[in-house]
Amino acid sequence: MIMDFVWAFIVGGSICVIGQLLLDIFKLTPAHVMSLFVVSGAVLDGFSLYDRLIEFAGAGATVPITSFGHSLLHGAMAQAEEHGFLGIAIGIFQLTSAGIASAILFGFIVAVIFKPKG
Amino acid sequence: MITKDNYQQSIKPYQPKPKLVQNCIKAFVVGGLICVVGQGLTILYMELFGFTAKEAGNPTITTLILIAAILTGFGVYDKLGQFAGAGSAVPVTGFANSIASAALEHKSEGLVLGVATNMFKLAGSVIVFGTVAAYIVGLIRFTAQTLLGS
Repeated sequence: MIMDFVWAFIVGGSICVIGQLLLDIFKLTPAHVMSLFVVSGAVLDGFSLYDRLIEFAGAGATVPITSFGHSLLHGAMAQAEEHGFLGIAIGIFQLTSAGIASAILFGFIVAVIFKPKG
Repeated sequence: MITKDNYQQSIKPYQPKPKLVQNCIKAFVVGGLICVVGQGLTILYMELFGFTAKEAGNPTITTLILIAAILTGFGVYDKLGQFAGAGSAVPVTGFANSIASAALEHKSEGLVLGVATNMFKLAGSVIVFGTVAAYIVGLIRFTAQTLLGS
């Protein structure tokens, strides 16, 4: 149990360091880094590598935005098994819908309730 | 003759040098800690509701998004972002922050034209590139699976 936390910290932290290096050395914007990470997650999942990282690191791999790309592909592949090529579009948001829906909902509520700072 | 290239060179001495090692340590610690919170939530949902590790993923992400949205409302997450850089941008909380802060920033322009229209100003790129990449990888992988018959 303690080791679950340790590996989540190390792997999650390391993914963020890669992001920081891209920001500082390659002068990418945060939007570019996030887009690149989502694409990387989908590509890694295409080779079934991301699931291994999740097994090993738990939340260290599911919390970074790379897991968004992994979930998009997972949902797409699950429906593709059932419905063929059409299934890719049917399933693509299946697993990520909770994340997108709650981000929209909470973002909207926060914007209604709070006053903008600065 | 000032070209784009030698202009970049000539202003270099006057640009602040990023403190690379320091920034990376901050990103590592803050990003790691956010993942530790996520790990704690995952275990909590598994213990309380009997979810498997996979099933606990969605409630964990949703809870982190809720926390990040509220912290954005109080202006705390943006301060954390200035300190931690990629450490707070790369986790899914950064995705939630980009939506909530864009929505909040444009509140004065109204709920429809301000909040709703600008909400995905930053997060839109993540969804667009994620969907396009997942679609292409999915097509390739499904084609390969069909051809190889596995």
